[in-house]
Amino acid sequence: MDLNYTPEEQAFQLEVRAFLQASYPADIQEKVAKGIALKKADYVTWQRILNDKGWLVPGWPKEHGGTGWTPVQKYIFEEECATANCLRLVPFGLVMLASVLLKFGTEQQRQQYFPDMLQSNVWWAQGYSEPNAGSDLASLQMRADNKGEHYLVNGTKTWTTHGHYADMIFVLVRTSQEDRKQKGISFLLIDMKANGVSVEPIITVDGMHAVNQVFFDDVKVPVENLVGEEGEGWSIAKYLLQHERTNIAQVPRSKKQIQRLKALASNEQCNGKPLLEDSSFRRKIAEIEVELMALEMTNLRVLSKLSAGEPPGVASSLLKVKGTEVQQAITALLMEAVAYYGFPYKKDVMLDGWQDEPIGPEEAVFLAPHYFDWRKTSIYGGSNEIQKNIMAKAVLGL
Amino acid sequence: MNLELSEEMIMLQDMLSKFLNKQYSFEQRQTLSRNGIGYSEDNWQQFADMGLLGVPFDEQYGGFGFGQMGLVVVMEAIGKGLIVEPYLASVVLAGQLIQQAGSEAQKHAILEPLIAGEFKLSFAYVERQSRYNLADVACQAEKQGAQFCINGNKSVVFNSETADKIIVSVRTSGETISQSGISLLLVDKDAAGLSTRHYETVDGLRASELSFNNVMVAEDALVGALGNAYEAIQTVIDSATAAVCAEGIGVIAQLREKTVEYLKTRKQFGQALSDFQVLQHRCVDMFMHEEQMRSLAYLAAIKVSDGEAVESRQSVSAAKVYLGDARTIVAEQAAQLHGGIGVTDELDVVHYVKRLTMLNSLFGDRDFHMQRFCEA
Repeated sequence: MDLNYTPEEQAFQLEVRAFLQASYPADIQEKVAKGIALKKADYVTWQRILNDKGWLVPGWPKEHGGTGWTPVQKYIFEEECATANCLRLVPFGLVMLASVLLKFGTEQQRQQYFPDMLQSNVWWAQGYSEPNAGSDLASLQMRADNKGEHYLVNGTKTWTTHGHYADMIFVLVRTSQEDRKQKGISFLLIDMKANGVSVEPIITVDGMHAVNQVFFDDVKVPVENLVGEEGEGWSIAKYLLQHERTNIAQVPRSKKQIQRLKALASNEQCNGKPLLEDSSFRRKIAEIEVELMALEMTNLRVLSKLSAGEPPGVASSLLKVKGTEVQQAITALLMEAVAYYGFPYKKDVMLDGWQDEPIGPEEAVFLAPHYFDWRKTSIYGGSNEIQKNIMAKAVLGL
Repeated sequence: MNLELSEEMIMLQDMLSKFLNKQYSFEQRQTLSRNGIGYSEDNWQQFADMGLLGVPFDEQYGGFGFGQMGLVVVMEAIGKGLIVEPYLASVVLAGQLIQQAGSEAQKHAILEPLIAGEFKLSFAYVERQSRYNLADVACQAEKQGAQFCINGNKSVVFNSETADKIIVSVRTSGETISQSGISLLLVDKDAAGLSTRHYETVDGLRASELSFNNVMVAEDALVGALGNAYEAIQTVIDSATAAVCAEGIGVIAQLREKTVEYLKTRKQFGQALSDFQVLQHRCVDMFMHEEQMRSLAYLAAIKVSDGEAVESRQSVSAAKVYLGDARTIVAEQAAQLHGGIGVTDELDVVHYVKRLTMLNSLFGDRDFHMQRFCEA
């Protein structure tokens, strides 16, 4: 075993660092560092810079625009991006749909969608959950009836992140009623501007608008927008759950957040001394650091296996549960660090930053909303209870 | 020994639950919280008519003399209804501070209109560097002839926007972190040199930042003895801490009830979520926490009423530690078990979650009270 990066990996690390320093826009960096809401333009700007460099889609095969990086290089890239306060790329198109099209799509579909995805001309959203199909995703009811030339789509999708930005959405729909609910599900691409598509905002606990409910009322979708075979949707969904999830633990980001927490706690006062010197507070940070240390090593072990060509298997479930627990614990301590300054709620500041004198520490106003908002991470992407069910079944054979 | 609520308390409880059922739906609460002054003056007047504003005050000043146990009953209902009216700020904190430290003349002049709903107070005691230490007071008042001149800042002052006067803790002598040399001054909300920034809070209440720039108040604005206010402040904050623990019971009970109800209704995998044992156990954890919280809140109320310093401090801190634990055991679980809707603004549960979470940051968090418990 050798934990150190090879000389080549170290050189790569420096190359990434230099690139980020030179090319990552300062205004976006500031927003991410402070927690100010990001706008669609911020994502598009950074995606285009990355694409010009050829680093937008490290997960893709080289012939389609990928980087050909090893899993370790991908991890280094992720680590450097977190350290530099890079925004987290929205994975729906660039990672999720792309890997589906690579595995299940036709060459024509790849030719049709990849260029606009790479150039950020088309914004993709994901349509999985429905009001009555959450953890039990396979019970989804949205229908697509095959009418020959087109599917007639009726139903609704919810928790659609950035649905109000989206040009296109990929959805799981029911194309037939079968004996098992997992059968008869298909994977379909729908134009958000099509007649009969409407988007309703959902305001989340932090008072912000990022997710939506999307309604489909007699929407006509060309049959060529089907990905894979009719009825193959559930296999595609499962494939997605097991692949492209190595970033799920968000270790680099949590390490960055720990740094941020320590900086904050060294500026806040407790009985005339920095809060960071308060033994009980310091101990609570340490509890998280220990967990994070284990998680980082677990994540690296998974990467090492991937490098050797083994499949990730159920490791992504473990990484998701532990990763979100760590992230959530950090958000709680950030909020605790500012004591009474967690109370003020300033939506205008969350959207645009402080225009006047901050109330308490500049970042304080973001921390309670962020803590509440981050509760979502143990709910989305397969709730942590579902992840534990998966591990119980697949690993322990229970 | 008798650990049942008295008949008077049960009557008070009934009156409050009638009020909540009739006039305080979640939708009404949200409308109040998000508009204008953040609450209803009509409701406040009704509180006065129901006698709620006089609950902790002695009968000679027009109160009911129900003491801390009365506050438990009122605050539990406030938690249940997520009530946004400034009861904690005006009655529990500032009003009790007058009763605790004020002169006879001040008590009569202030408590009588306060109880009648004609006069409101707020209490400013948090500062940028103070965290939860009540002795960490940098805001200064200097005696100039027959007046005090106040300079400094106060933070997160609840409901000062609608208060007629604000009680401010100031340093009149001594080092910044010293229990001696702290005094209380009554300041008019429109005093010259007082600037304010009002805002909503995360949990739907209102608070303000106050900045004092040569604010002059008369000698008779002093509440209690000069330089000797720490004890009174501590006593009242302890009472308020015990009171918010009672508020916590109300919030926890609602979260437990609403979560259990949701799990029974929501079906996934062809069965109600309530059929899953792992989820049942989370609800049972909530229930056990609720019962233990109630026990500690009652105990704290009894000890605060008895007035024995060490036992009172210890039981108040024990209750507040438990309230801090409710964040993970009750609030986080309630959100988690509701799934996606558990993080949306439109769901009532989310606002109970917010209040329960923010209660940890009021009057000292779990760490602060665990430390104080050790030192008591």
